[in-house]
Amino acid sequence: MKEGNTSLALTNEEVARYSRHLIMPEVGMEGQLTLKAARVLCIGAGGLGSPVLLYLAAAGVGTLGLVDFDEVDFSNLHRQIIHGTPDVGRSKLDSARSRLNALNPEVEVVTYEMALSSENALGLFGDYDLVIDGTDNFPTRYLVNDACVIQGKPNIYGSIFRFEGQASVFATKDGPCYRCLYPEPPPPGLVPSCAEGGVLGILPGVIGTLQATEAIKVILGVGEPLIGRFLIFDALKMRFRELKLRKDPDCPVCGDHPTVTKLIDYEQFCGITPGATAAASSSTEDADEATVEELKTRLDRHESFLLLDVREPQEFEICRIPGSVLIPLGDLPSRLSELEGRDDMIIHCKSGVRSGKAVRLLREAGYSKARNLKGGILAWISRIDPTLPKY
Amino acid sequence: MGHKILIPTPLRVYAGKQDVVEAEGRTVGELLANMTAEYTDLRHHLYTEDGKLRSFVNIYVNDDDIRYLEKEQTPLKPGDTVSIIPSVAGGGRA
Repeated sequence: MKEGNTSLALTNEEVARYSRHLIMPEVGMEGQLTLKAARVLCIGAGGLGSPVLLYLAAAGVGTLGLVDFDEVDFSNLHRQIIHGTPDVGRSKLDSARSRLNALNPEVEVVTYEMALSSENALGLFGDYDLVIDGTDNFPTRYLVNDACVIQGKPNIYGSIFRFEGQASVFATKDGPCYRCLYPEPPPPGLVPSCAEGGVLGILPGVIGTLQATEAIKVILGVGEPLIGRFLIFDALKMRFRELKLRKDPDCPVCGDHPTVTKLIDYEQFCGITPGATAAASSSTEDADEATVEELKTRLDRHESFLLLDVREPQEFEICRIPGSVLIPLGDLPSRLSELEGRDDMIIHCKSGVRSGKAVRLLREAGYSKARNLKGGILAWISRIDPTLPKY
Repeated sequence: MGHKILIPTPLRVYAGKQDVVEAEGRTVGELLANMTAEYTDLRHHLYTEDGKLRSFVNIYVNDDDIRYLEKEQTPLKPGDTVSIIPSVAGGGRA
């Protein structure tokens, strides 16, 4: 990636700004000019994107492209440090642009208010030197990977869950890609989502900062980037582990005889079709669902039925529907005996996905009248009791 | 003698909420079979219906992917640590 650049020069202000870089032999004037000429595209201005964008702007990467379509929400602020409280409700791109301009006005910030798609990815990636994967879902991760391989752009990868993070550099000329590591995504529902699992706010700070570090190294051509190496971080144990990755000669995208040579339908590849998504979110037939209005009526009439909450104890602490009994989904199989004789049940979780799984489990165990509360406690808060906090 | 198997965060709920479990086995396949005999919920998350390791779950012996060793026939030496490394998508936007 490193190439001499004589058409650019640093102003005296820039020399002052980057002086701690300039006096290091690994960067120096030539390296700083290389950073200034570099163009980096960051997919997602969220948890991982926040530290990546802040550090790359501070470091003087000349052009930063940002792709996002979301608005800043209160629930983002514990980790998405590029955004602040006054930005809630604002587009993430506008918010990030203001912050980056304030941090370093020398950097050109280019924003793309859209979802990355198979239609727009190749054209977009073509204008950049490398791509940062700061996304939060499998379809977009496979899309970013494949587009990077096809366009020959390094993919600086990071991913997080609760207290654990992963980082690597994929799709360099001779290195492995994401599909060499994981040829196929998990089917929907088999892996808990971040919304279910939560994440330590600092974790994307650690992993995103690793991604920014790798981006700078790849741009400068210094050190040993995480190519062919998979870094795993456990914040609870404060331990980094490194696993070996190999380029798979049979990889469908970057192997010797690739079968995927253009972008595909990644939602379909990940088993997400519009029908399947609807099924996953409601999980059961309409007749098997109760509405929050029906629940309210039955509670007001003091009807005899069991309202079972299958969320985690931490979530129960935040808010609960009066009269509900807590058995977390993971404990349900071993605690079925507690439900003996309680056939008439309404099951709820936060939004209806986990309780859908619980209903299936209960029906298999013979509880034929178990029904799912549509929309979960979030629907209850929206439509019945807005005094409860949403999370 | 048992081998340590490191359980990743998303799968701990199926392994009695433990981050490390121990099992015996001369090969990786034997070890995983013994482990899933004890923690039956893990089986569904590691294996497909027809008994193949799922392609979004990688198994490492120390720092090597068993796909590049002898897969499930990979022999285990005393002191080897086995890690289960599933793909994780989170970026903290959701």
